Amino acid sequence: MTTKKGDWVRIHSVLMDVGDRAPGVPDDTAKAPYELWDKGFLISDKAEIGDAVEIETITGRKIMGKLLETNPSYDHDFGEFIPEILSIDKQLKEIMGGISQ
Amino acid sequence: MNNNYLELMKRKNEIMKKSVGIDYSLFESGSIAFDYEGMMDKVGYTLDEIRAIQTETGVGNTPMYVLRNLTALARSLAPEGKGARIFLKDEASNPSGSFKARRAATAVYHAKRLGFKGVIAATSGNYGAAVASQAAMRGLNCIIVQECYDSEGKGQPEIIEKARKCEAFGAEVVQLSVGPELFYTFLKLLEETGYFNASLYTPFGIAGVETLGFEISSQMKDLTGKNPDAVVVTNAGGGNLTGTARGLIKAGAESTEIIAASVNLKGLHMASDKDFNKKSFTTGHTGFGIPFTTVPDRSDVPRSAARPLRYMDRYVTVNQGEVFYMTEALAQLEGLERGPAGNISLAAAFAIAQEMDKDKTIVVQETEYTGAGKHIQPQLSFARNNGIDIRLGNPLNEAPGKSIILPSHPSLIRVQNLDLNKLRKSLIKNCLNDIKNNNQKNISEKDIHFLAAETKTSTTKVKEIINYLSHKMKEEKE
Repeated sequence: MTTKKGDWVRIHSVLMDVGDRAPGVPDDTAKAPYELWDKGFLISDKAEIGDAVEIETITGRKIMGKLLETNPSYDHDFGEFIPEILSIDKQLKEIMGGISQ
Repeated sequence: MNNNYLELMKRKNEIMKKSVGIDYSLFESGSIAFDYEGMMDKVGYTLDEIRAIQTETGVGNTPMYVLRNLTALARSLAPEGKGARIFLKDEASNPSGSFKARRAATAVYHAKRLGFKGVIAATSGNYGAAVASQAAMRGLNCIIVQECYDSEGKGQPEIIEKARKCEAFGAEVVQLSVGPELFYTFLKLLEETGYFNASLYTPFGIAGVETLGFEISSQMKDLTGKNPDAVVVTNAGGGNLTGTARGLIKAGAESTEIIAASVNLKGLHMASDKDFNKKSFTTGHTGFGIPFTTVPDRSDVPRSAARPLRYMDRYVTVNQGEVFYMTEALAQLEGLERGPAGNISLAAAFAIAQEMDKDKTIVVQETEYTGAGKHIQPQLSFARNNGIDIRLGNPLNEAPGKSIILPSHPSLIRVQNLDLNKLRKSLIKNCLNDIKNNNQKNISEKDIHFLAAETKTSTTKVKEIINYLSHKMKEEKE
């Protein structure tokens, strides 16, 4: 799908390559590049996912990055059910039933 | 202008001075001591001014609940005659869903007054939502900088939810991978935009929390006829505790015991890519609580207005499983569904109430909003999918980063006391090392007085600690 000028998009860029990280970061962190994600309106006429693009963010800043997705959505939710919580609920009700208030 | 890491960090002080509008050098003495109260007086606002500022944007005056069922439960587990009444200050009722609205209200008001076009804050937590909400109300642009993803692109559901909330209030959210370079990105943005640094640690930010302490005092006087015997405050960067304690003192509640509580995350490294998603709490934990207590000036301003060791009477830790348990108990027994991080102080208060006499009162000082991502279910589910062992048992056996142990019975919820004298020693040692590294003159009487206030102890005790430390340093040299 081609993304058009003015579409709301999410981009990604690498701010620091491995080897350029700040002095003193832990080893595992130093082995990863330093990355950025941001959102904005596409400035160029059209682009495909993965293209280097320029966007204008909601505060009006113009920044460059690799096009990740168009109309990015939120997909966080309530996760998978944790059955242990039910045994907490059950036990609390039992204890409270035995307490005279 | 050169924007590489080291070059930009060299311009740190210059950027900060411009973006926060405070000349911190006015309060410096050239040695350890600096004029903390002077800074709070000259740069902050009075309590009445802050109440007026916060009222304008609907911040504060949150309800105080009596937790009748949790008090009854605590009493059923406590020795005869024990079990203080537990109260809860419902800070989730603030516009952005947490007490952080109080800090943001003063910071954003100040930015607007000084003529800034926008505000920037570096935070993955409730403060971002608070700044974004206040900026929306006052018509300023807002950028929130978040540490969000590990090197596999995985992010805590709680942080993702916070990004959504900031965007809901019209803010730009800059998301970053794990690392202390967040501060570099933050400085770069301040320089590029000329926006105000809505730091958590300015005098006006901290003064914004004073109304919380003040309200606790007046609500408790209305409900019980006196000030509370104890207030439990979740401790991370120290601002919550500092502001609340200062507000309580201003209300005349000088004898109220101030108890700090943090989640125990011992062994996890805060700048580690691999450890990042192994914790289930992104704030309120010992990874912030202990370093910020012993070295308060480690934030995004040269001198932090948050200095928790000045006000702390006791510091306890609780485990992740205990906090998740109490979050569930608050919903099931009190009908209040609130976010886990705010309930750190609830877990501690539930255990501490059982040490106190029945006629005493203890206040849980905050709650936070809850929802998709930021809730016991998604946070435990995320942990389980990350290989964390989640089970019922004795929370004392919990190993941060490896397991989360939900108490198999509420009687297993206990606090662990941190040694305040050890923390005091550590703060003083850090100050001594600082002057040694800067080749400064010896410690003056003024420094001793400063350190006594800084650690809530006597000048005699400070001298004792300095003697002990200099002997130890000499021994180490030999």
